[in-house]
Amino acid sequence: MAVRKVVVDPITRIEGHLRMEVQAENGIIKDAWATAAQFRGLELVMKGRDPRDAWAFTQRICGVCTGTHAIVSCKAVEDALGIQIPPNAQLIRNLVEGIQQIHDHVVHFYHLHALDWVDVVSALKADPAEAARIAGTLSTWPTNSAGNFKDVQARIQKFVSSGQLGIFANGYWGHPAYKLPPEVNLIAVAHYLEALDWQREIVRLHAIFGGKNPHPNFLVGGMACAINIEGTATINAERLSTVKSLLDTAQAFVEKVYWPDLLAIASFYPETATYGGGTPNFLSYGDFPDTDPNDRSQYYFPSGVIYNKDLSHVEEFDQQYIREHVHSSWFKDTTNGDEGLHPWQGETEPQYDGPPEPWQELQGRDRYSWAKAPRYKGKAMEVGPLARSLIQYASGHKDTQEVVNEALGRLKAPATALFSTLGRTAARGVDARLIAERNQHWYRMLTQRIASGDTRVHDGSKWDPSTWPKRAEGVGLVEAPRGALGHWVQIEDGKITRYQCVVPTTWNASPRDAQGTRGAFEDSLVASGTHPLHDEKQPLELIRTIHSFDPCMACGVHVLDATGATVTEVKIQ
Amino acid sequence: MLSLSADPWTADQTLQQHLETRGVSRRQFLRFARDIGVLLGVTQMGLPKLAKALSVVKRPSVVWLQLQECTGCVESVLRTNEPTIGNLLLDVVSLDYNHTLMAASGHAAEEALQHAMKENTGEYLLVVSGSIPTKDNGIYTMIGGRSAETVIKEAAKGAAAIVALGACAHFGGVQAARPNPTEAKGVREIIRDRPILTIAGCPPIGDVLTASIVHWLTFKRLPESDSEGRPLFAYGKRIHDQCPRRAHFDAGQYVEQFDDEGAKKAWCLYKVGCKGPATSSPCPIFLWNDQTSWPIGSGHPCLGCTEAHFWDTMTPFYHRLPEAVVAGFPIEHRVDRIGATLAGAAVAGVGLHAVVTAVQMSRRRADGSTYLLDAPPEDRANGTASGGDDDYPHTH
Repeated sequence: MAVRKVVVDPITRIEGHLRMEVQAENGIIKDAWATAAQFRGLELVMKGRDPRDAWAFTQRICGVCTGTHAIVSCKAVEDALGIQIPPNAQLIRNLVEGIQQIHDHVVHFYHLHALDWVDVVSALKADPAEAARIAGTLSTWPTNSAGNFKDVQARIQKFVSSGQLGIFANGYWGHPAYKLPPEVNLIAVAHYLEALDWQREIVRLHAIFGGKNPHPNFLVGGMACAINIEGTATINAERLSTVKSLLDTAQAFVEKVYWPDLLAIASFYPETATYGGGTPNFLSYGDFPDTDPNDRSQYYFPSGVIYNKDLSHVEEFDQQYIREHVHSSWFKDTTNGDEGLHPWQGETEPQYDGPPEPWQELQGRDRYSWAKAPRYKGKAMEVGPLARSLIQYASGHKDTQEVVNEALGRLKAPATALFSTLGRTAARGVDARLIAERNQHWYRMLTQRIASGDTRVHDGSKWDPSTWPKRAEGVGLVEAPRGALGHWVQIEDGKITRYQCVVPTTWNASPRDAQGTRGAFEDSLVASGTHPLHDEKQPLELIRTIHSFDPCMACGVHVLDATGATVTEVKIQ
Repeated sequence: MLSLSADPWTADQTLQQHLETRGVSRRQFLRFARDIGVLLGVTQMGLPKLAKALSVVKRPSVVWLQLQECTGCVESVLRTNEPTIGNLLLDVVSLDYNHTLMAASGHAAEEALQHAMKENTGEYLLVVSGSIPTKDNGIYTMIGGRSAETVIKEAAKGAAAIVALGACAHFGGVQAARPNPTEAKGVREIIRDRPILTIAGCPPIGDVLTASIVHWLTFKRLPESDSEGRPLFAYGKRIHDQCPRRAHFDAGQYVEQFDDEGAKKAWCLYKVGCKGPATSSPCPIFLWNDQTSWPIGSGHPCLGCTEAHFWDTMTPFYHRLPEAVVAGFPIEHRVDRIGATLAGAAVAGVGLHAVVTAVQMSRRRADGSTYLLDAPPEDRANGTASGGDDDYPHTH
């Protein structure tokens, strides 16, 4: 059978604009190309701005992982200017970022990823009583009742009967790659709807500390939300008790709905643990210090690098080894043959040489994406929840080992099953469980500090630009929901002269480098040599694997650097 | 609010019939009409009309394009409360195309779009989030192999009306901030032959969209709007005129530095950069996230995100807003004297209102550059604004 070329564009249920092209033969994917199809140029916009404003601009890179770009931007500027934020501010940022991780993972699972595993139409055939019995074996959860499931089923039935299918129109219903029994489909559909309400509720925490969500407010030097326990419009006892209640609501859903659903659904898809692994190297920057971002020993998630799936050795991470390449990207290569540039030297000049619209196919072209190709010590890396789980597991992180072992035990799967489509999806649940619990720890620390009389949330000693050095540069690194996120900033005479972001999806969606090494999206479809594509008109398996990364293309597309000026000094952290 | 139920609103039912199948009495229905009427600013006289209109509406098709953007606007609509997003999706509208939520990908997704446009020609509501990059034939945002400009022009043809949702669709958004590397534009710069409602904000409060949809269903037209197309029911007043901290402004009680005593007393944020006096927005009334809070309510100055080109006109964000000079008296002077010299708070309030109302943001100049009003000369000379330097105006 001849090689067939398949284009899937747009990939939906992601953030942003992604195009995948593959070649398939006899129902197996042989090669793949990932195209980031949007470019915005935000880093050029940063040039000449007040560095204290940078968080607001870069926050708008992404409205899904909202807040993470703002926090990492504040960190970069604080690093450059030598600002030490008060412990309370770090704890509050942890809570904001923590609830964001949980929100992001659960919304991804139910609203972006679930329709790859759950056949909504099949749920109509379910026996609600049997669904309730099954759900009862998974967890105790009040709405897992026959009555509720019956209600949801009738609602979906009438919706389908109306002929107006809305977001469910043209889904791949009935595809043989759907394996769940009707009752499990019904449980998942009910929780899809319930998660819509839950996600609206828990982000109220962002409104309390940052005024709103999406895009809560942050502040270089700490946070703007003053604490005054006796105050009427400040962080007071009422606000803190609401925070506690929201943390509990978030954790309960993760432990009693998301995690049980994840394992239950996974148990029906063992074959997806045999393919979907690709890039064999994994990177995490580490994150979540309790109170001091400069003290790496406080990080709840340790940093590290794993090569060639070797869990017996975790190498120490050092940001100086990051380079970005443009061999296959629509940018001008200013180096001598794609040597790659560190972000502090990064240059990004768009140079589109693709076809005019409408695009027919991009595969086979030398350059085919708006994403750059970041590499660490010259190697492609996968970042994200799977990378974190692997690095933490291999580093002896007890909480991670406990949750990962629970999942592997329940699924009767070996650790090697993690290097797969299913492993990537499961690791997101591990993340959520760890952070849901850790949030409680940060909340206790915050309230104890306030009780002991410390209400500081902002350090204004270096707020005035007259206190800044003539030149400064800094880096901020966090583990965003989708993985390793870094911002690099250079400041001169109180203004930004260069701003660079290297973003999780840039790592994962990267096109080929000069050596022809594929990025993680591409390799996940190719490396196993067994990745199926049953029906090219209904590319469900392909979408499932790409969704397992939770792509965020607006983040991933490398934006312009602020200047072409040569940087003579590279700060080594 | 409408509760979740097993009875979706089918195409052959009026809203009232639909609600009756869900056990909602006529009296309750009229109460719903009254509540939504309050939200929309309908007078008592208009209520019977609203109730009648809601009795005959059907589920409309909504096509939602996401162009050059960050998905924050979709996320904001996911946070709506009344109706909730679940109600909206299953009961109120038929969301026939939306990248973030739709099951289909690739060819099947584009087919769904074509189908919805064909079946509902002249009737569907087109929601657009994101800007349209126009440089280099639009190759900076490609969807299904076609440019954002091609996609929106095709979708606009059969739309009954268009909602430009969020700052990017409003004026180009953050990527249109100087120097606007991809020449990103808002919807009104691209589409000129359709009614366009602008729901401003970065992102907007999601409830403004749902209320506007209800308005559209009810009255068969878009809500009344200002010169930028922003609905008056949401953007009819400036934040400063609705701010719960306004009394502190009038009394001369300011946050001088973040986390100071004024901050702990929730005083006015004007001096640390609040753009509330120059920003028309529903934030202080609607509030965010189930009425939990809003930016000023959580101690951060307003960024002015509902105003066109705020990324250029309102920055640096932490610099005090340069006030209009009215009859030779810059408001800076008033702010510094207030409380000390003005005896009557009521008089001060009226006077300040008149002065501040005169603050007018410039429109974008023909050459693409933008600027804010000149800072008062005294202010620039003595550097009283925080960081007081020559950042204003942004002329290039």
